[in-house]
Amino acid sequence: MTEALTKRMTYLDALGLAQREELERDPSTIMIGEDITLYAAGGAYGDIDMSRVRSAPIAECGFAGMAVGAAITGLRPIVDLTIANFVYLAADPIINQAARLRYMTGGQFNVPVTFRASMWHNQANAAQHSDRPYPMFMNVPGLKVVCPATPSDAKGLLKAAIRDNDPVLVFEDNDLWGMREEVPLDTDFVVPIGKAKTHREGSDVTIITVSGVLRHALKAADALAKDGINVDVVDLRTLLPLDNEAILNSLGKTGRIVIADAAHRTCGAAAEIAAIVAEDGFDLLKKPVRRVVTPDVPIPFAQTMEKQLYPSPESIANAARSLM
Amino acid sequence: MINDIDSEAYLRMLRIRGFEEAVTRLITEGEVAGAAHSSVGQEAAIVGACMALRNDDYMSGTHRSHGHPIGKGAHLNALMAEILGKVTGVCKGRGGSMHLTDKSIGSIGESAIVGGGIPLATGAALSAQVRKTDQVALTFFGDGASNEGVFHESINMAAIWKLPVIFFCENNHYAAVTPARDTHGQPDIARRADGYGIPGVIVDGQDFDAVFKATQDAVARARAGEGPSLIEAKTYRFDEHCVGLFIKGGYRTQEEMDYYMTERDPVKLMRATLLARGYSDGDLSAIETRAIAEVDEAVTFAKSSPYPEPEEAFELVHADPIAIRR
Repeated sequence: MTEALTKRMTYLDALGLAQREELERDPSTIMIGEDITLYAAGGAYGDIDMSRVRSAPIAECGFAGMAVGAAITGLRPIVDLTIANFVYLAADPIINQAARLRYMTGGQFNVPVTFRASMWHNQANAAQHSDRPYPMFMNVPGLKVVCPATPSDAKGLLKAAIRDNDPVLVFEDNDLWGMREEVPLDTDFVVPIGKAKTHREGSDVTIITVSGVLRHALKAADALAKDGINVDVVDLRTLLPLDNEAILNSLGKTGRIVIADAAHRTCGAAAEIAAIVAEDGFDLLKKPVRRVVTPDVPIPFAQTMEKQLYPSPESIANAARSLM
Repeated sequence: MINDIDSEAYLRMLRIRGFEEAVTRLITEGEVAGAAHSSVGQEAAIVGACMALRNDDYMSGTHRSHGHPIGKGAHLNALMAEILGKVTGVCKGRGGSMHLTDKSIGSIGESAIVGGGIPLATGAALSAQVRKTDQVALTFFGDGASNEGVFHESINMAAIWKLPVIFFCENNHYAAVTPARDTHGQPDIARRADGYGIPGVIVDGQDFDAVFKATQDAVARARAGEGPSLIEAKTYRFDEHCVGLFIKGGYRTQEEMDYYMTERDPVKLMRATLLARGYSDGDLSAIETRAIAEVDEAVTFAKSSPYPEPEEAFELVHADPIAIRR
């Protein structure tokens, strides 16, 4: 297959393609999760031995822990936790086992397990189905955390996660599931974990984005361009480890930084990025760091209350203008 | 009359007894930091279960972590060095007393999270099933862990998928210092197997033969593709929950403790069994001498080993190192 070959597909289809390719490539890859033989990018696996695709009972802690046990004994499990809030039910095996088994056993085991979780915010699902939990897991040494913002990155980062010898959490933005893009069909196309991507070059202000906020930042950049403000837009793609170099390089170009992140304000991803800028990039700053984040309230049901809470093209653009 | 299994079982039981006594001594001498949980009194349950396994079968354990790898056949030196926090430890000084793990003998780890090892062993059984090996996995857990959600979640998934796993409860009747009678709706944990459609058996955990036989049956069933079993070994820990822990007021009676320590000591019972089976006193003394020598060697090895360098704390976090910000 030539590397140039691409196909226009959705973010969700790209995730499904990544899983299918990895299941076909490596017989040690398995999937486990609720309802996965029916949906959630799980169906249509062709010739795959269905003993490798396990539709599990509703037992997130149990099957996440089983995946860790399978990972340290020769398999590469993909655990589909569906709604991102369910990751809390699986937090014990993720945090107490997956993240630290390699370290705690003196390197006797690799833990090549991938946990998928989809963030369904901004869809009137209220407080138990609307979380963006990635900052909590940024606080867990031993894990890797990725947040793809485009269909190509969804395919490439999920494949990288499955091939990685460490536990990786893949937080998908459900708002992006229907987004279409030309996606590489090369079965060895992977997006390296730990590398941010610059989506737009500019010299006046940097907007650092996480996950689905990228598309709001690009709209904000269009609006700002009309005002003569040139924006550098950097999508982090990986939150653990963070690409500090990309953050500081962009800051070096602009001297002004807006961090746009749909997680909550306190100890969010944006807070860590702001701290890195303050510690290592202070001399580059022309103005204070600005965060455009979700306020510290549980997510309400009524759309009139919910929609205002997240970063928007307008709130991001306003933050950038305030720095000029 | 004399057979390899009996002598090996007795040796492993003596290794556990001697190892735990040495650890307790080292704590008293200030050589061991942190907590240590002794398996003295539970040797027959541990060794009976492990002797029914092959070296390449998987085993997960608990915070009471020393006995299981020894029971599974691990060499003592690196285990003792780990407890002293030495770089020669089986976990290179990163795991300590509650996490003794020796991959070479099929140990996939001991967990200080109560019940934490149960889904891991179930997953190891899933792995064996998917990879089409004939390995089985055995998970040790206590009576306390049988009230954790993952116990029920794991046993249910093992049952529906017929995974080759043995759920082995060391029921020592106390979750730390809380009696099992106060935390279980009915006293026999093995009866919970009925709820999942799998066999559940109760065995005398102080009797090596009973445990060995019950586990052999469960292993045969698992290897034949017939799925999991639940074994409940009624046993007793002689020491406190944690070595050196003093619980004011007491939570178990002196009468109960005296009964187990005098009448139901698994090492003494095993010795009597072996004598009755035709071993001479000399045969058994030779095994006892060997166990003592191995423990002494482990202590000497551990004491003479170096501590890890502080810089080593930053290694082994990831499979391929990534920069750790300080």
